Amino acid sequence: MTDFKAISLSGRKKDVSDKSMTFMEKLYLPAIAKGMGITLRHFFKPKATIQYPEQKREFSPVFRGRHILMRDENGAERCTACGLCALSCPAEAITMTSAERKPGEEHLYREEKYAATYEINMLRCIFCGLCEEACPKEAIFLTQDMAPADYRREGFIYGKEKLLMKPEEVKKQADA
Amino acid sequence: MDTIFILEKSLIILTVFAITMLIALYSTFGERVFAAYFQDRLGPNRAGPLGLLQPLADGVKMFTKEDFIPDTPNKFLFIFGPFLFMTTALITSSVIPWGDKLEIMGRTVYLQAADINVAVLFVLGIVSIGVYGIMVGGWASNNKYSLLGAVRASSQMISYEIAMGLSIISVLMVSETLSLRGIVEKQHGFIDWSGKFPWFSWYVFKQPLAFLIFLVCAFAETNRTPFDLPECESELVGGYHTEYSSMKLGFYLFAEYINMFISSAIISLLFFGGFNYPGMDWVKQQLGTNAATLIGVGAMFAKTLFGIFFYMWVRWTVPRFRYDQLMNLGWKVLIPLAILNIVITGAVIILSGN
Repeated sequence: MTDFKAISLSGRKKDVSDKSMTFMEKLYLPAIAKGMGITLRHFFKPKATIQYPEQKREFSPVFRGRHILMRDENGAERCTACGLCALSCPAEAITMTSAERKPGEEHLYREEKYAATYEINMLRCIFCGLCEEACPKEAIFLTQDMAPADYRREGFIYGKEKLLMKPEEVKKQADA
Repeated sequence: MDTIFILEKSLIILTVFAITMLIALYSTFGERVFAAYFQDRLGPNRAGPLGLLQPLADGVKMFTKEDFIPDTPNKFLFIFGPFLFMTTALITSSVIPWGDKLEIMGRTVYLQAADINVAVLFVLGIVSIGVYGIMVGGWASNNKYSLLGAVRASSQMISYEIAMGLSIISVLMVSETLSLRGIVEKQHGFIDWSGKFPWFSWYVFKQPLAFLIFLVCAFAETNRTPFDLPECESELVGGYHTEYSSMKLGFYLFAEYINMFISSAIISLLFFGGFNYPGMDWVKQQLGTNAATLIGVGAMFAKTLFGIFFYMWVRWTVPRFRYDQLMNLGWKVLIPLAILNIVITGAVIILSGN
C-alpha cells in the first residue's frame, strides 16, 4: 500500500508541526539572514519585465491577432465580397457591401466584384480565425499584431482604411 | 570674526538641509526601484533618463491633489501634526558631524552645525518628540483608524526608546563621551593598536550586541517594516495618516524618509566610525588634511546610504510583526539584553583595568 503522506511532487513538502522552537530558531536572526540572502540573490537576477512599447513579447507563429485584407503582388485587392467570411463568423462581427468593377479599375481590384465597404467590429470579434479558413481567395488573414486600445466604441469598428494591407507592405510580401 | 562664524555655520546648515532633502527625495525613488529589483521587476524608469525625474512627478502629483481637511474640532492640530513631524525629523541633523575639519584660509572649519557635548541625549530627546507629530495628527483626524494607528505608533516608539537608550549606554561606557564628534574620534581609523592586542576600532566590533539592539530599535522608531504597525494597511487603512491628503500626506511620507536617512547616519556614527575609514592617517600624510576630510565625508555618506539601502532590503524580506510579538520583543527580549550588555561591558572595563 502506498504511503500517501510521503508523496511530495515538488520535493519540498514539509509536515506541519506545532513543536516549540529551539533556541536558535527563537533568535530569528539566522532565519532573517537567510531570507536576506534570498532577496539579495533576486536583486541581481535578470528581470522579467518586458518594456512594452520598445520591446514586445514574441508571439507564437499561430497567434491570431488583428485582421488584414490582402492585396496581390500587383497591389490589387483580393477580396471579391463573396460573404463567406461573414457567414462563417460565429460572432457576426463582419459586414460588407459589394460593388462591380468598372473598366479601368483592374489595377485596383483583382476580380470583377469587390467589397465597397468591409467592416469588422473588433469588440465582437473573438479572433477564432474562421474567416481566414473560410476565405476562398486568400484575402483575409489574422496577423501577429494586436488591435490597439481606443477611447470610443466607434473606434473599434474597423473599416477598409484600417484593414487593407498598406502599399508598402505589398513589396515586402513580394520579396518574401 | 563673528560674522564669518555665522556665515560659515549658515552655509553648513543650508548645505546639510539641501542634502537631507535631496537624499530623502531620492530615497522615495530608490525605494520604488529597489522594491522592484527585489521582486524581479524594473521599477519606475519612464520619467526622464533612468526615471530620475520620478520624484518631481510625484511632488507635482502631491501638490495638485485636493487638500482635504476632515470635519474635526481640531483643525489647527490637524495642520500642526505633519509640520511637527517634519520639523523633528529635520532638527536631529544639526548635531551630526558629517566630516572632520577643513582648513580654509587659515580657519579650521568643522563640518557640523553644532558640536554640543550632550549630542546623544539631544538626539534621543528629539526622537521622542517625533511621537507627538504622529499622535497629534492621528488624534486630530477624528477617525478611529487614525487614532488606533497613532496609539500603536506612540506605544511602540515609547517602548523601543527604552531599549534604544539602554543599548547606547554601553557604547557611552566605552567612548566616555556624549558628544557625537567625540564618539567618532574614539573610533579613529579602522584598527585600534592602543590596547593589549589590536582589535577593530569601530564600535560595531566592540559592541556587537548593542549594535543589534540599536538596529532593531531604529527600525521600530522609524516605523519601518517589520515594525510598520502604525500604518499597517491590512488592518488600519492608512494608520495615522488615513485622513491626510495632498502635501500634508507628502510631509508625513517625506519625514519618514528623512528619519530613515538621519537614523542611518546615527548608526554609522555610533557603530561604523562615521567619517573614519581604513588608512585615513596615511591619506592625511600623503594628500593633506582637506583631501583626507573630503574622503571622510564620502565614507560617511557611503555608510549612510548603505544604511538606507539596508532599510529597504529588510522591508522586502521580513514580514510585519504581530502586535503582541512586537511588545514581547521590545520588553522581554531587547531591554533585558541591553541591561545584560551594560553589565558585561562594565565587567570587562573593570577587569581590563582602565
